[in-house]
Amino acid sequence: MTVGRTRAVSVVGVAGRVVDIEADISSGLPALVLIGLPDAALAESKDRVRSALANSGFAVPPQRITVNLSPASIPKQGSGFDVGIAVAILVGAGHLSADALTEWVHIGELALDGRIRPVPGILPALRAARDAGFSRVVVPHGNRAEAQLVPGLDVRPVASLREVAILHGAECAEIPVEPFELASVHDELDFPGDLSDVVGQPEVVESLIVAAAGGHHMMLLGPPGAGKTMVASRLPGILPELSTEDSLDVTSILSVANSGSVSRLVTRPPFEAPHHSATGVALVGGGSGIIRPGAISRAHCGVLFLDEAPEFSARVLDSLRQPLESGRIVVHRASSVVEFPARCHVILAANPCPCGLGGGDGESCTCTPIVKRRYLGRLSGPLMDRIDIHVAVRRVSAALVREGLPGSVTSHEARERVTSARARAIARWGDINARVRGGVISAAEHRLPRNVTAPLDRALERGALSMRGFDRVIRIAWTLADLDASASPTTEHLNRALFLRKGMS
Amino acid sequence: MVNKDELGRWGEAVAANALRNRGYTILEQNWRCRSGEIDLIAVDGDCIVIVEVKTRRTTQFGHPLESITPRKCARLRILAGEWCKSTSRPGVARLRIDAVGIVGDGTTVSSIEHRIAVAS
Repeated sequence: MTVGRTRAVSVVGVAGRVVDIEADISSGLPALVLIGLPDAALAESKDRVRSALANSGFAVPPQRITVNLSPASIPKQGSGFDVGIAVAILVGAGHLSADALTEWVHIGELALDGRIRPVPGILPALRAARDAGFSRVVVPHGNRAEAQLVPGLDVRPVASLREVAILHGAECAEIPVEPFELASVHDELDFPGDLSDVVGQPEVVESLIVAAAGGHHMMLLGPPGAGKTMVASRLPGILPELSTEDSLDVTSILSVANSGSVSRLVTRPPFEAPHHSATGVALVGGGSGIIRPGAISRAHCGVLFLDEAPEFSARVLDSLRQPLESGRIVVHRASSVVEFPARCHVILAANPCPCGLGGGDGESCTCTPIVKRRYLGRLSGPLMDRIDIHVAVRRVSAALVREGLPGSVTSHEARERVTSARARAIARWGDINARVRGGVISAAEHRLPRNVTAPLDRALERGALSMRGFDRVIRIAWTLADLDASASPTTEHLNRALFLRKGMS
Repeated sequence: MVNKDELGRWGEAVAANALRNRGYTILEQNWRCRSGEIDLIAVDGDCIVIVEVKTRRTTQFGHPLESITPRKCARLRILAGEWCKSTSRPGVARLRIDAVGIVGDGTTVSSIEHRIAVAS
């Protein structure tokens, strides 16, 4: 008896690693032993494989079958190894010839009748296989659309184990089966409404455009019904299309986060709005078995909208501080350490006080000052310091409503302004303003003249601005200058930037 | 058609013959103690062999060897120890546990498989 060998991919987080599968058939009592740190779903694989082999017309030898997943020391998760294990056993039992099967990567879960079920995480798995130098992969029929997203691979979608055996040269008759299909989770992007739906809030819309152009985090403060949620949901619509690399990252995250399959690349920035009862793990990612990305990673390259921000638990909100700074989140668990990208645009929305009516003239507000302070005090200082733009959203006045309301800019117009402003920033220092390294901004060739920064220097001297605040205001000023297509920020830009940062506090 | 006890005894006889043909000496057949029964005890060279025999008419409900579970193997190890204590045979140097799986109907054998050292 020979040892059957083939390959599969282990996906941990959004990173894949090619795994060798070896099946040795030896004398001994009939048993199928699976070694190499399988998790619970994978350990059950042996029972699925046994039934699937038998029901596909291949006799399982009544001998001891040892299946090893190598490298044996890294934990492996999920049901995507079934097909690889079955193929390795078929080779070991002599049903298939061993030639060149180590060049193939097999991914898929077996049904008991021998059909192949689609699995999550095909996109990151195939990217890993390609990067490791493999070009021939067998994927479940239901994942074929997702598999096509990775160029440069010879992808063979299959519906049953029998079909895999025939593909590898087994001499058996083809039995047509009804393949497993998967409802695509991302067929049509629910495109958020247009920015022109937002009426009577020109200064809020303008702030949103600034936030989008510079990649600045933003806080919206206002009474219920003023349109905070509406404004925030328009942000993905005015962000530019994702770059190819970002698009692959976002689609990979979607592929591992959902139990469904993706059928095409996500090209629009995602929008995540977790409820305020969310836990820290829900936000940053985690889980005890398979580590899944949290809301902050699902919003990678897009928008993370935290409505009713003070209602979130303080610990949950503060868990955002480190990923906001670094653009990635590292989740540690006993089984493994997983890194997810988490470069997202955070929008917080809050009422000014528990009754919601404070702010503005605040006439009908019934909250005592101490209650108001305590309410917004739940948003920690260090977190708020990372929020560049603070905007007060007021209720639209009755007069404006009666007047017929001036229509604001459309999403399309806003997106063009944002795109050209971002292009200016990237041409200048290679990244958008909120994210470029501090050293680049304060370098001699970009340093602003003394007379321009005078209002800022005064604020710093007074103690009204922290050093980080000073740096963030300069960044907002650059964004304003980019939107106005001016070469560098003027005093006017700096004043407006200072207002956007400190406007309501 | 023979009943299941007769089938089992027939299988044990078939196994004993097969082992003799391979040069084993059969020491005991159906050795009993209070923990249970050992189907065959044989000698292969300098090695004592405890043999569990399983017989089935068909493989429709699985191969006979599949019914020898890890729990059964553990029981065989205990029985092996019991036999060693009770035997007057001096100096048992080596001991192993084998399994024989027979598919047959009580008169003809359609397959016989001998697995060596299954519970070591």
